[in-house]
Amino acid sequence: MIKLTINGQPQTFEGDAEMPLLWYLRDEKDMTGTKFGCGMALCGACTVHIDGRPARSCMTPMRSVDGASISTIEAAEEDRIGAAVQAAWIEEQAPQCGYCQSGQVMSAIALLKEKPSPTDEDIDAAMSGNICRCAAYPRIRQAIHRAAREIK
Amino acid sequence: MSIKHSLTESSEGFRLNRRQFLGGLGALTLAVGFGGRIAVAAEGSLQAGEFVPNAFIRIDKDGFVTVISSYLEMGQGTFTGLATLAAEELDITPEQLKVVGSPADAEKYMNPVLAAGGFKVQGTGGSTAMAGAWTTMRKAAASARAMLLQAAANTWKVPVTELQVKDGIVSHTSGKQGSYGEFIDSASALPLPADDQISLKDKSTYTRVGKADGMMRVDIPDKVNGKAIFTQDIKLPGMLVAVIAHPPRKFAKVASVDKTAAMKIPGVEAVLAIPGDNIIQGGVAVLAKNTWIAKKGRDALTITWDESTGSREDSEALFTEYKKLAATRGLEVGNKGQQVEEAPDGGKVIEAVFELPYLAHSPMEPMNALVEITDDGAHLWNGEQWHTADQAAMAKELGLAPEKVTVTQLYAGGSFGRRACPMSDYIIEATRIAKIAKQNGVTGPVKLVWMREEDVGGLFYRPMTVHNNRIVLNADGSVASWRWRVVGQSFFPTPEDQVDSGLMEGTHELPYAIDNMLVEQHLYQGDIPVSWLRSVGHTHTALVGEVLIDEIAAFSGKDPYQYRRALLAEHPRFLKVLDLVAEKANWNSPLPQGKNGERRARGIAIRESFGTVVAQVAEVTVRADNTYKVDKVYCAVDCGQVINPVNIASQVEGGVGFGMSFLRQQITLKGGVVQQTNFNNYPALRINEAPAVETFMVDSSNPPTGIGEPGVPPTVPAVLNAISAITGKFIRRMPLGAHVQA
Amino acid sequence: MKVLKWILLIGVVVAVVLGGMVIWTKVAPQGDDPVSPIAGIPHDMPDTMTRGEYLTRAADCFACHSPVEGKMLSGGRPFKLPFGTIYATNLTPDPETGIGNMSDEAFIAAVRDGIGSKGHEYPAMPYTKYSQLSTQDVLDIKAYLMSVEPVNKPTPESDLIFPFNQRWGMALWNAVFFENHRYEADEEKSDEWNRGAYLASALAHCGECHTPRNIGYATKSREYMAGTKVQGWKAFNTTSDGTYGIGDWSDEQLRSYLTTGHAPGRSSASGPMAEVVELSLQYMTDSDIDALMAYLRAVDPSLGGSETAVNTSPDSLKNATAVLPNSTSSQQRGKMLFEGDCAGCHQWDGQGRQTKYASLKGSSAANDSEALAVTQVILNGTSISIGERHEYMPGFGSIYSDSDVAALANYVVSHFGGKDGIVTAEDVAETRAQGE
Ligand code: FES
Ligand code: FES
Repeated sequence: MIKLTINGQPQTFEGDAEMPLLWYLRDEKDMTGTKFGCGMALCGACTVHIDGRPARSCMTPMRSVDGASISTIEAAEEDRIGAAVQAAWIEEQAPQCGYCQSGQVMSAIALLKEKPSPTDEDIDAAMSGNICRCAAYPRIRQAIHRAAREIK
Repeated sequence: MSIKHSLTESSEGFRLNRRQFLGGLGALTLAVGFGGRIAVAAEGSLQAGEFVPNAFIRIDKDGFVTVISSYLEMGQGTFTGLATLAAEELDITPEQLKVVGSPADAEKYMNPVLAAGGFKVQGTGGSTAMAGAWTTMRKAAASARAMLLQAAANTWKVPVTELQVKDGIVSHTSGKQGSYGEFIDSASALPLPADDQISLKDKSTYTRVGKADGMMRVDIPDKVNGKAIFTQDIKLPGMLVAVIAHPPRKFAKVASVDKTAAMKIPGVEAVLAIPGDNIIQGGVAVLAKNTWIAKKGRDALTITWDESTGSREDSEALFTEYKKLAATRGLEVGNKGQQVEEAPDGGKVIEAVFELPYLAHSPMEPMNALVEITDDGAHLWNGEQWHTADQAAMAKELGLAPEKVTVTQLYAGGSFGRRACPMSDYIIEATRIAKIAKQNGVTGPVKLVWMREEDVGGLFYRPMTVHNNRIVLNADGSVASWRWRVVGQSFFPTPEDQVDSGLMEGTHELPYAIDNMLVEQHLYQGDIPVSWLRSVGHTHTALVGEVLIDEIAAFSGKDPYQYRRALLAEHPRFLKVLDLVAEKANWNSPLPQGKNGERRARGIAIRESFGTVVAQVAEVTVRADNTYKVDKVYCAVDCGQVINPVNIASQVEGGVGFGMSFLRQQITLKGGVVQQTNFNNYPALRINEAPAVETFMVDSSNPPTGIGEPGVPPTVPAVLNAISAITGKFIRRMPLGAHVQA
Repeated sequence: MKVLKWILLIGVVVAVVLGGMVIWTKVAPQGDDPVSPIAGIPHDMPDTMTRGEYLTRAADCFACHSPVEGKMLSGGRPFKLPFGTIYATNLTPDPETGIGNMSDEAFIAAVRDGIGSKGHEYPAMPYTKYSQLSTQDVLDIKAYLMSVEPVNKPTPESDLIFPFNQRWGMALWNAVFFENHRYEADEEKSDEWNRGAYLASALAHCGECHTPRNIGYATKSREYMAGTKVQGWKAFNTTSDGTYGIGDWSDEQLRSYLTTGHAPGRSSASGPMAEVVELSLQYMTDSDIDALMAYLRAVDPSLGGSETAVNTSPDSLKNATAVLPNSTSSQQRGKMLFEGDCAGCHQWDGQGRQTKYASLKGSSAANDSEALAVTQVILNGTSISIGERHEYMPGFGSIYSDSDVAALANYVVSHFGGKDGIVTAEDVAETRAQGE
């Protein structure tokens, strides 16, 4: 049996340990904020935090999250930085179709937790794994800078 | 879509028709609950006490307004545009409204602009939503307001002219106040105002339309907290997820399938052979209780494909074939003046053959659709872009009358045209799977989910093309004549002796003053289906046209901006946009030079598409290692009346980024097998390559024109022109890749 | 360079021909059959397996004799040697194209003596090692092969340049380089060590890849397991050398690597080694893994031709985190590619997030200045299946230019290994061509 916490809630799982965390969240926990985009850790749409580190849940098997603590977009607003990122995203009107945005927000939170005032270069390093086919990139960049100002 | 639309100042073309003014809204309202679960409630009858003056507006007893969108929200801000128009005419705040997707109904929700172009459907495409809604939605809201005011006037027994509305509160000079909600009952009893009695606000009194803070995107809050519901997110009781194995060689048939291993996986409910046809590939579908199990089951199948069937298309061979065709006369699409055979003294002949690849849409949300077959009909849940066409295709697949098929519209995680497939391929596939499942005793709704591999390999690509151009230049650099031949498949099924307006758009209608111009078309009837991709024919014709204009200018050493100005002298609208972008980009002052052997230049391009004129200047750096970076793109736009400037800027930024992906993308086939599978070999622009984009809008009072697509076409030529300015080499084959030729 | 190699090779062949005349007699088999517990199956073999299957796994017949796509053991996999291409044969019991009609004697001759149905085999078939096997083990393997589903599939003709296309030449080669004798236990050493030696040498033939070869294509005994390039990959130094080999690996790391293809804090197997783990090593029992480890620990340290000293904490990684590199690099291009396509999985600190196989910190591959394995996986991706688990990385070869692959490979080596990568676009082109 795999034990983990999701957004602070303890959970147990007894199914196929090879199932990626993504499908557990989406199909079993009905937490559909975390998106499926590529299934190969290439696009970032499925980004969650595992023990505080951003990770692509589409390639993270359940067996590897035994004992882990997961946080997802659904709980982002409970976090000070998360809330600031979401607010900045709205202020900058960043999303277009929105499908990549849960992942973008989760990656941005991870970045700002580590570096509260990131440079453009830092943004490139931390955010380039998140594809946005709508190419909302200029606004995403602005929104990260805005959130950085807010959390000062 | 390739709809040539001309919008006039007159609103006559967009009268609300009778059915649009009705009660009896057989609507399905979508309510999104916490945790991303979705509840769908069929509303055969209206909520008690709602005021429904027409098919686009509903107002409840609290004065809360529901705006019904007949268009899909796939990222273009359509819902917000509609909300802006409704809020403007109703004088309500963003907090007092929500936008929901409409059901499929061709009569009520026909897209007026598409219909004028010959596509009598309810659909979203061709950047037509705002153009279509500009009159419809404003009138719908204004008539609601007029009725509510009349009702208030009747209640308070005061002249209607003495009433005012602000933030959804009706007030009278006497101090009487009340919300819209108080008057909905009496408003419902009033006669509908005649179409010509509806008066719309004057532009000078706008408080929301055209204002940067007029209306924030209504869909964004739910898109930053994970609550927005896409087709991928829908889960219904008893629903099964279907993951399909498509034939590697496109349209090959299944010879045999060993499903033993798949059926052993707990949770796999059925393995079904799905016959293909010339629209859907068919294959073997695995139905399971969740997506992972279905995928695992699919991967566990051992399928033998009938090697004697299926496509043998090979893109490299096709280019050779196309180039041969391109050397021969084609169907005349446009012919002005006379072609000049030989270059005049001091002149030159430019022979330029361009090769442009197939492109996949690859929206962020891979294709999917949820189908439920009921006893007497069927229901579709989808990020629905092509409502009534998909409805008809689905009905046909099931042998039902179209009205027996109902549609719930959801958000789409991008589409770029993929969800408006003219053949409704993925809808038919989902329906066929559900149908065959039912025949095999597997009941319940079925959600078809394409993995990214099925999405990239899922055909209906932007067609590959060869463009053969012969341009004769006079000694002074002016164009003596230009012959432009396009070889490709038609975007929309078209017989060989007819012009495909999609394939050819932006060729013969070039605004440039070129007296002698001949445009020809060769249609190739291949077995790899194609369809429109965001900005359609302009994705290739803008590239060819605008790169050639630079090459022409270069012959006589003219500045490409000034050369374009001269050719556009008769077109003030174009000139305004071109001058605006040149001014903002500081075209006339030199670009700061790069360091470490970097070389920099600007490139310019302009294109009208979907009624909108966009000019762009790209600043590009070529590094010492011959890689390049697009540093910044300046854009100028004339899209008529601006409804939501922030959204326009956002769409143009997105258009630039979408176009820039073309620099590295291609779909190739070998022996009928698509070579690309996922973002590792079909790359998309990432943030570290994304340029800064600045957008400037021309002030205009013309009716709004499109904005979802027009940002795309000028980007690639502007970038290529900048690169050519640096390297002195003209680029003729896409994708360019990550490096330029030294 | 290439021309020189050929001239040398031809020279060697001539020398071999002359030398062979003199020492013809050496080829006759020598020694007694080794016996259990050194040969045969381990005591803890699960009863779900037959003796033959276990030994076939241990001898890793699957890797070479299975096609890239198609039925296991049906042959056809090409081996590109410096002097042409040869193909693995069909080992299924198909009478026409497989081993269905082969007598026990013929099978033994093929496995141990290098004499196949067409005459002398090329030493890509490790008969030079299999010659150490006991007769019983060879017959058990045959019994297993005879039990799999027959596949009718002819083996393609080899395509070698003269004089290498002359199979009789191999007789001469054998005369010089082939000692045909059974495994002889070292009485000084424990049974465990001897079992390990039998596994590593006679069955798994580790040295065939991990030992540098001399100019005559024979393994150099003095550099046994010291690491070399093979088939466009690098087989790393697996001697007990602390700096260059596996001497500093913990037991846990070594065991994990052998059984799952990943050593925490060290390397992940990719390419041919991933295949070895996937098709062979993961099936070995605990006692056999113990034996293998005991044997490997005792291999004499040797530097060989490999200069790959693994730096498990290069300066560039000191401040790196999951999210940010926190270091400067002059390799802008490589860094840019890494941040886009790679960082999401491997992460800047090299921990690897989704899967531990994605960790690059401490990896031999990322510490190899030539970055052979890194180049290969960038181009073609890699995958490994352990039990139910399927780990994979997609390739990027079709969208990266040769110079981009080189830039990325060099960046990986510098960031994760603290080494100066020396990959050039030409090297990448060569690797690419080899894979086609
Ligand atoms: S879905 Fe996980 S990275 Fe794309
Ligand atoms: S907003 Fe559409 S993919 Fe990013």
